[in-house]
Amino acid sequence: MDLLNALVALTNFVLVPGLAYGSQLALGALGVTLIYGILRFSNFAHGDTMAFGAMVTILITWAFQSMGLSAGVLPTALLALPFGILGAIALVLLTDRTVYRFYREQKAKPVIFVMVSLGVMFMMNGIVRFIIGPGDQRFADGERFIIKARTFKQMTGLNEGLAIKTTQGITVITAIIVVAVLFWFLNKTRTGKSMRAYSDNEDLALLSGINPERVVMYTWMIVAALATIAGVLYGLDKSFKPFTYFQLLLPIFASAIVGGLGNPIGAIAGGFIIAFSEVTITYAWKKVLTYGLPDSLAPDGLVQLLSTDYKFAVSFAILIVVLLFKPTGLFKGKAV
Amino acid sequence: MTETMKHTLLFVFVGVMILAEGATDFLFFSGSWNSALVILNMGLISAIMAIGVNIQWGFAGLFNVGIMGFTALGGLAVVLVSTPVIPAAWSSGGVSIVMALVMGALTVVSAVMITKFMPAGKLRMLVLSAVMIVGFIVYRAIFDPAVGSVEAINPALHGNIGGLGLPVLLAWPAGGLLAAGAAWLIGKTALGLRSDYLAIATLGIAEIIIAVLKNEDWLSRGVKNVVGLPRPLPYEVDLQSDPSFVERAASWGMDPVTASTVYVKAGYALMFTMVLLALLWMAQMALKSPWGRMMRAIRDNETAAEAMGKDVTRRHLQIFVLGSAICGIAGAMMTTLDSQMTPGTYNPLRFTFLIWVMVIVGGSGNNFGAVLGGMLIWFFWIKVEPMGILLMELVTAGMAEGSALKAHLLESASHMRLFTMGLILLLVLRFSPRGLIPEK
Repeated sequence: MDLLNALVALTNFVLVPGLAYGSQLALGALGVTLIYGILRFSNFAHGDTMAFGAMVTILITWAFQSMGLSAGVLPTALLALPFGILGAIALVLLTDRTVYRFYREQKAKPVIFVMVSLGVMFMMNGIVRFIIGPGDQRFADGERFIIKARTFKQMTGLNEGLAIKTTQGITVITAIIVVAVLFWFLNKTRTGKSMRAYSDNEDLALLSGINPERVVMYTWMIVAALATIAGVLYGLDKSFKPFTYFQLLLPIFASAIVGGLGNPIGAIAGGFIIAFSEVTITYAWKKVLTYGLPDSLAPDGLVQLLSTDYKFAVSFAILIVVLLFKPTGLFKGKAV
Repeated sequence: MTETMKHTLLFVFVGVMILAEGATDFLFFSGSWNSALVILNMGLISAIMAIGVNIQWGFAGLFNVGIMGFTALGGLAVVLVSTPVIPAAWSSGGVSIVMALVMGALTVVSAVMITKFMPAGKLRMLVLSAVMIVGFIVYRAIFDPAVGSVEAINPALHGNIGGLGLPVLLAWPAGGLLAAGAAWLIGKTALGLRSDYLAIATLGIAEIIIAVLKNEDWLSRGVKNVVGLPRPLPYEVDLQSDPSFVERAASWGMDPVTASTVYVKAGYALMFTMVLLALLWMAQMALKSPWGRMMRAIRDNETAAEAMGKDVTRRHLQIFVLGSAICGIAGAMMTTLDSQMTPGTYNPLRFTFLIWVMVIVGGSGNNFGAVLGGMLIWFFWIKVEPMGILLMELVTAGMAEGSALKAHLLESASHMRLFTMGLILLLVLRFSPRGLIPEK
């Protein structure tokens, strides 16, 4: 029995990756939930908005790298991020003007909006593949690790190493900053308050003189920023591939629904719930249990509940359980 | 009769396009009858899928984005029904696998029963988790060793439990049944909630079905693929060595190789057309029947229909299962046509969202519209690539030879497909939301 080593192994393989992935999902789910709260539809193009923002960031990053500009130990992508956000904002505002606004004026049913968002998804997907291609792109640079496994072992004298990638650290810190700014914006500023009012009761908000087009515009801008940040963080942490971003839709939707669609706090909680369930259920617990249990109880097998290929199944199963028992989500969302 | 004229002309247009594909190599046409028949065959299958989706969306307003999953289940049915029996697999672990699956199903059923019949509270939670945990452990204990022994049998060729060795045509209805079963499970949980939820639930189940097919090697060999599935039609090589066929080919003035390939593809086209016509006839009858009118009444106003005593959730479940079954049949037909099962090739953009474009463009709520949309959009899906390359050659004609931009543009032209499909979908939704052949 060696609790300290068990704890380190747990942190290394479950806690740190779970935290980073959870932050990325939370940022993605915040975007979905904001669209749902204000525009009242599930945006299937969200994954591809993330891919587009990340793509612009990657292109700018490459330009910076060729100019010799860098952020030292941090990835250059952080310098390029504001440009990526601007690009994504331009794209979503353009789609809103040319596509969604027409259906808003028609007061179309939500399912029509969903279908329209499918068309937008196709086009964005096509644009991204057209510009950067369908393959894998790596754009992370700077220092790779905050703590290396070997350094940690030397420092503490433990058997187990703890490695924290720079990208994981950046992901968590950025997520905290972004969420703090978002909540400050929603709760303290005039625009944020009008957004919440519009989300709570559209008619009442209109009566009190809130301009719906302005609310919608700000929502899209915030969503584009959130999507780009989530997309770039995910791309830095893993790698950028257009199709993976499309596949992220499922865990992102699951996070938003588990937390309660339309509820920002729920989206964050949902993101971490989904991320930690995916990581814990697909992790092989042999190592941790061997350290943590007395020798006589040590497991023979891998003690892996499901193989990693089934991580989608995990988010889906949680989604189904929540839909069955609490369709409004854990934090009282709008949808029933 | 101008409406009917217009709609007939649309079908004639698709027919002419496919004929032109075979007859000329002008612009983007290839001038090969083989290629024309390939497009026709997949077009017919797409039309069947579109009918399935149209039943769900056009009749009842259900938004299903898991078509890929039901199609893949149809493909799985072909493997399970038509591949030869592997006795060694059954004697070593096949029985245990089936037992393990039954155990798993029993666990789920008893969990559902417990939630239904026990009063809510701590006790129920305890019993429920105990049943789930014990069930899972027993399931894995039986399942894992059995899978190991099945996958160890001749892994280069088999390594799976094989099939039943039945005629491949039986796999088509079996594919429908398999898809219907999955649809029943998913409909039971997600129907009756908001329409978006069904969309997300079906999106999820489709991904999971593909993940299962890719990873459960004992079932369909996973990404190792099952090739050489039995065919309902003779092989081309056999035809070419058959003297009477060679003689007949000569009398048509064709060389035996082309004649045999065209013969087989035309045979498939005939079979698919028969299935399509049968399903189309059934869908038309259903639409015109009181049942169909009730479905449309539910679609147009659920509250009113419910007030008239219609069980909306039950009817939704019924139509969801029916539509998914049709997608399953189409999936089985597709796998038969390819005579191989390749789980790696299932992609939601191609197998789910493209079908949606077909239904919307053709005209949701109209079965003939779905068929037209299926054939037309499939033709464009194939032909957008050569069209895009033509367009890019035109655009880049003035650019300097060997410039990086020109090379990139020419290289990326093939990605125009998704963009074009999205554009078509948005344009139709905006300017002609009722589609080419609107609902009557």
